[in-house]
Amino acid sequence: MTDMDSRSRPRLPRGVKLRHDDVRGRWTLLAPERIFAVDATAATVLQLCDGERDLAAIVAELAQRYNAPEAVIEKDVVAMLADLKAKRVLET
Amino acid sequence: MTAHAPPSPAPPIGVLVELTHRCPLGCPYCSNPVSLERPAAELGTQTWTRIFTEAAALGALHVHLSGGEPTARRDIAEIVRGAAQAGLYTNLITSGVGLSEKRWSAIVEAGLDHAQLSFQGADKATNDRLAHYDSAWERKRAFAAMVTNAGLPLTINAVISRGNLHQVGAFIDLAVELGARRLEVAHTQYYGWALANRAALMPPRKEVEESIALVEGARTRLKGRLVIDMVIPDYYARYPKPCAGGWGRMAINVSPSGKALPCHAAESIPGLEFWNVRERSLAEIWRDNPAFQAFRGTDWMQEPCRSCERREIDWGGCRCQALALVGAAAATDPACHKSPHHARIAATAAAEAEADASAIRWRSYKDKVEA
Repeated sequence: MTDMDSRSRPRLPRGVKLRHDDVRGRWTLLAPERIFAVDATAATVLQLCDGERDLAAIVAELAQRYNAPEAVIEKDVVAMLADLKAKRVLET
Repeated sequence: MTAHAPPSPAPPIGVLVELTHRCPLGCPYCSNPVSLERPAAELGTQTWTRIFTEAAALGALHVHLSGGEPTARRDIAEIVRGAAQAGLYTNLITSGVGLSEKRWSAIVEAGLDHAQLSFQGADKATNDRLAHYDSAWERKRAFAAMVTNAGLPLTINAVISRGNLHQVGAFIDLAVELGARRLEVAHTQYYGWALANRAALMPPRKEVEESIALVEGARTRLKGRLVIDMVIPDYYARYPKPCAGGWGRMAINVSPSGKALPCHAAESIPGLEFWNVRERSLAEIWRDNPAFQAFRGTDWMQEPCRSCERREIDWGGCRCQALALVGAAAATDPACHKSPHHARIAATAAAEAEADASAIRWRSYKDKVEA
């Protein structure tokens, strides 16, 4: 379903920005001609997608932060990142 | 009914600024008004910067730097810097003609987020003929390379009319070749110069439908590589397009001289007074200008819009098109199949698609600047 693996280093490409929309009180992902509303959990994931951390490190950190099993976290994170990648707003 | 102040409208998502009406190209489909604004009337750098700050505070997230040709402004890099520092996502909408490497670098350094580059054809002959500019093809390709070399996302905007409809597949290949992340297959919308040239531009319905099928196939094939957005010619549509996402609902346009408009063609509607950003803040205009309130929401609607289940999807379609084609700005956009005028405009389009394309009127800045 995706060419992502635990060593992939997801990052926002140039021209895609995670920004808090103060007027509407929510996170948004700003991209060419597109605005994606992002919930707080997804924003947390995207803040870790800095091109330095690999997927394994991101999952480990989230598992610790949310006190949840890594397998569960990984499934959700990969699904979310694959969706953003198909929309060309995330690179791995 | 008792008088009451209207509730504060939800903030706009984006602002489109027409920095200038100057443009080296002569595209006959141009959406600018036929009466173009003079350079001497254009807003200065500082006024634009103030508008960007006001737009961001109001809730706008995107700014689209458009024209005319926005890079015809010598202060384009300073304008980009002002928008970026205000916290807006900056999108340059350009013909790609006439920008040196040095000026481009200054624009990138100023904080540009994205460039949208127009193409008039997918080969040199078609492109340069429809752009009415001899070396546009080479210049546009060189500009595309400057964008991708800088690491910025590139959108190719292919404006489609009868003269290049057969090239939709070639436009898709061109976008991939140039390294674009996004392609807009934008069928001409008939306002301004395009309305004046409609008989020369309107494509036949059958070819439009073939082009839509072709794009849908390419979307699947290129998923994850190229995002393709399509704007169809609404004369052949079943439902109208929601004008600017709904009048006074999502977007503000600002003309070169500072007139704030709910859409780029709004001045074609008589009886509306558009306030100027030189005199009032964007927030005040958005909230209080009667021209922005005129068709906001659904209270202004007539039948069949008023009782339509899609009234908050289509927002009645386009007011300027209703005026231009039906003679009443509050009528249902005749692009909608529920309009009593729909069959007539579809027949007009079909007849014009068979007309002689030679009677084309090229957009000319020199000849059409308003007195």
